[in-house]
Amino acid sequence: MVCHMENYSPVLNDVFHALADPTRRSVIARLGSGSASIKELAEPFGLGLPSFLKHIKVLESSGLIASEKVGRVRTCKLRRGNLTAAEKWFNEQRTAWESRYENLDNLLTTLKGEKGES
Amino acid sequence: MKAKFDFLVDKDKNTITIKREFSAKRQLVWDCYTKSELLDKWFAPKPLTTKTKFMDFSEGGHWHYAMVEPNGQEYWGRMDYQTIQPIDNYTALDGFCDDTGALNPELPRSKWDVTFSDVATHTLVETVVFYTSAEALQQVIQMGLKEGLTSTLERLDELLLTLN
Repeated sequence: MVCHMENYSPVLNDVFHALADPTRRSVIARLGSGSASIKELAEPFGLGLPSFLKHIKVLESSGLIASEKVGRVRTCKLRRGNLTAAEKWFNEQRTAWESRYENLDNLLTTLKGEKGES
Repeated sequence: MKAKFDFLVDKDKNTITIKREFSAKRQLVWDCYTKSELLDKWFAPKPLTTKTKFMDFSEGGHWHYAMVEPNGQEYWGRMDYQTIQPIDNYTALDGFCDDTGALNPELPRSKWDVTFSDVATHTLVETVVFYTSAEALQQVIQMGLKEGLTSTLERLDELLLTLN
């Protein structure tokens, strides 16, 4: 177990950082539906290319995406195999909280009914 | 209409922040968080259920609970209450324990800071879960994945939907 944790450690930190930013999350989501050039990826954000490239660099170093230059066009793609234990766990946590709060919604509805509140 | 739900991970602070609005008055939402007979009805995510072995909601008191799988497998937890300001905020230490309430010394505890506020006619609950370090968080992640505490979504597409 200890050795596994050491293996995950750098990946976890980088992935945390990569996913902490909404622009980078959008890029990941966009790449989920297929590869895209840097130019295509940058368009929706209205960011200058230099600042957008910083985001791409963070994503690349986290291992979540890879890019390849062909001619003058740099194309990015997701590295699906590199989704880590950390993301799976966060996703499970998120799902758990959503489910727990749906339970609470239902309970509140029941309780309000009992009290005759609107 | 789907309720507002935010789930944010802060890598620098080792925190998870969950924000959610509920269409009920603050006192009622507070009760659901602080009375075990109500906690038992919602705290565990589906398909798990919650059962309380002990509850003393007071500063220095604790809640000893289990989340139970449909097959009967129990995951015991213990929430030690630190500060309580009715109906605004409470802080607590959550941790893994056994059915006697003895904490697992090998696993780190997380601190919960839960704030309740009025938003128009609704109640906003903001929960910040603090881990003491990135290492502590990794330990919990390892344990969580090993135990398979909640349903696993392996597919990337499903994961991506949650990242938006």
